[in-house]
Amino acid sequence: MKLTKNVIITGKAYEKLPAKILLKNGRIIDVEGKINEQRDIVIEAGKISEVGKVDSNNFSGQVLDLEGKIITPGWMDMHVHLREPGSEGKETIASGSLAAANGGFTAVCCMPNTNPAIDSQEIIQYIKDRSKGTLVNVYPIGAITKKREGKELTEILELVEQGAVAISDDGNPVMSAELMRRALEYSKMVDIPVIGHEEDSTMTEDGDMHEGFVSTCLGLHGIPAVAEEIMISRDIKLAEYTGARFHVAHISTRNSVELVRQAKARGIHVTAEATPHHFTLTDEAVRGFDTNTKMNPPLRTEEDRQAILEGLRDGTIDVVVTDHAPHAFEEKEAEYIFAPFGIIGLETALGLAISQLVDKGVIDFEHLVGLLAVQPYRILNLPVPVIKKGVMANLTIFSPEEVWTVNKDKFLSKSSNSPFVGWKLKGKPFAVINNNQIFASNL
Amino acid sequence: MTFQSEHLLGLDDTSAEDIVTILDTARSFREVLDRPIKRLPTLQGKTVVNLFYEPSTRTRISFELAEKRLSADIVNFSASTSSVKKGETLIDTVKNIEAMKIDMVVVRHISPGAPHLLARVLDANIVNAGDGGHEHPTQALLDMFTMRQKLGSIEGKTVALVGDISHSRVAMSNIYGLKKLGARVLVCGPSTLIPREIEKLGVEVYHNIDEIIPQVDVLNILRLQLERQRQGLFPSLREYHNYFGITRERLEDATRPILIMHPGPMNRGIEISSSVADSEHSVILEQVTNGVAVRMAVLYLLAGGRSEIN
Repeated sequence: MKLTKNVIITGKAYEKLPAKILLKNGRIIDVEGKINEQRDIVIEAGKISEVGKVDSNNFSGQVLDLEGKIITPGWMDMHVHLREPGSEGKETIASGSLAAANGGFTAVCCMPNTNPAIDSQEIIQYIKDRSKGTLVNVYPIGAITKKREGKELTEILELVEQGAVAISDDGNPVMSAELMRRALEYSKMVDIPVIGHEEDSTMTEDGDMHEGFVSTCLGLHGIPAVAEEIMISRDIKLAEYTGARFHVAHISTRNSVELVRQAKARGIHVTAEATPHHFTLTDEAVRGFDTNTKMNPPLRTEEDRQAILEGLRDGTIDVVVTDHAPHAFEEKEAEYIFAPFGIIGLETALGLAISQLVDKGVIDFEHLVGLLAVQPYRILNLPVPVIKKGVMANLTIFSPEEVWTVNKDKFLSKSSNSPFVGWKLKGKPFAVINNNQIFASNL
Repeated sequence: MTFQSEHLLGLDDTSAEDIVTILDTARSFREVLDRPIKRLPTLQGKTVVNLFYEPSTRTRISFELAEKRLSADIVNFSASTSSVKKGETLIDTVKNIEAMKIDMVVVRHISPGAPHLLARVLDANIVNAGDGGHEHPTQALLDMFTMRQKLGSIEGKTVALVGDISHSRVAMSNIYGLKKLGARVLVCGPSTLIPREIEKLGVEVYHNIDEIIPQVDVLNILRLQLERQRQGLFPSLREYHNYFGITRERLEDATRPILIMHPGPMNRGIEISSSVADSEHSVILEQVTNGVAVRMAVLYLLAGGRSEIN
């Protein structure tokens, strides 16, 4: 039987997997299953029935030749804004999930800064209903406080029972140390992490970009690095005091990385995530006033960027996330100070991670799989997907050597606010498989 | 020398050669302003839109006079930023205006980079009349014109920008322009009003007025934005005046005549005392006159004019 790139590869929509399919000649990298070599995978009715050497001549089902491709357990982006409910013009659960699949992810966590916020069982149920039956697993993150106002705790136990995998007031810091202490203490009962958007907001009002030389040159109001570091210091102390699990969202400064490094060394339950834009760009990118360089936390200095790379390399930073934040064209095509914070990231993360981290020798592919397919699940206390006989296939497949140009017309996100449009990236998503479905990336 | 710039977005983006061309050209226009008939046909048939999203009196009048003296057709559009923010986007507004066939846009806006945004989406020549805390290039050009007029040249001279430097578009444009023309630039003010890492632009930072007085040829005294006190950036106007206000007594330590400049509007008795503002060394009103000439030069050159004027 001839090896074919099968009919299932059409893009734009999830398709049911053939009853029996052979993934031939791919290199499997599964850190948990300790595989890093070329092996074939047979999937029957969505379930892996064989991992090893399979002769395609005697194979009765469809065959997908994955020569030169890498197959890993499905990637998760644990920091995504799906905008539904509330801002469906920017993104929906459906469009955001498609963007995730297009970018090589089989799971996302959606942040609670929706309208209404994810602060009740009803909204969690709504998200579950809206994401049911698709390839991409959507895990809601509940709010720490009602309406994310930083005043009263949400019904955290109920949120978790309904399906919340963590809590966060993302976008808003919890300014009251007392309330943050109680959130940590309370969430400890259900062993979920409290994810902190770390920013002392009394220092960042009106801020548009990192405070430093470039903000001085451009006359933009600054967001000082120390505003993030103060909050991380506080919350590390609170995590130590309460013994709870604290996760730093989108870490962005050199001193923040150092704080997390020291806390981990002392045995405190702290973890951290970093975004591709923070390990790729610096505040120099703001010159020219492209509003796709405006995000919170802001792009920092080269020194900070280097510290994030080092944190990723030495394990201080556990996870890569995108902080995918869709905004409408007309909102971003505006005066810098009026443009909203945030950029999309789901469809460029894989290419940026391979180009900036693997290709430049910061980490190897195994380490990358840890950052995107293992640690997110560990932090959220969810079963880590593995590639072995008997489990449902949950796979990310990509072309590690393929060089491609980011084209916004190929994004499946409803928005296209990315500073990476036009960039040449090495490493391209090929397809994802999950829930007995396949999606072929059409980037 | 041919003028290269298509827009005047800021002096950071403008070459030293173009800055010199503007200043040289402005000298001819300055002479025109002393003639009984002050009008030239240079921009006849050209339409200039003055787009002011922030209140302004003197800059707007100065641009308008410059445009009128060059015989341009003028359209004025003023709006409060808050009302505009609610309605049409800036880009839609300017594209609508451009669709009525205009040639140049003079823009003042609260957001740094707003002129750059317009330059990206419009075919018209854009002149930045002040974008937030970023740049105010024509103010710096008129300051430099006045320095050249009074001191002969800028190269090698020591110029101090005094007071509220943080988010001062006047300070930033002066720094960019003066450094390009070879001046030594000092900034002096309370540490809370000096932006971070400004020394990387090649300026020297001081916090004591008495230390700079013996060194300088020019004191460019910036307007103190009074809301800074409310923001907690300095404790009181009284203390500000006592430590940073330029008074006649302070100037007694000068080793040479010091040119006193202020972009206006002045807070007399706060950053500058009346005895200094009205002294023989003050060129504050001449700055205002020169502002018209400099703006005429900018409009003329952007419209494609050569550096010699008849």
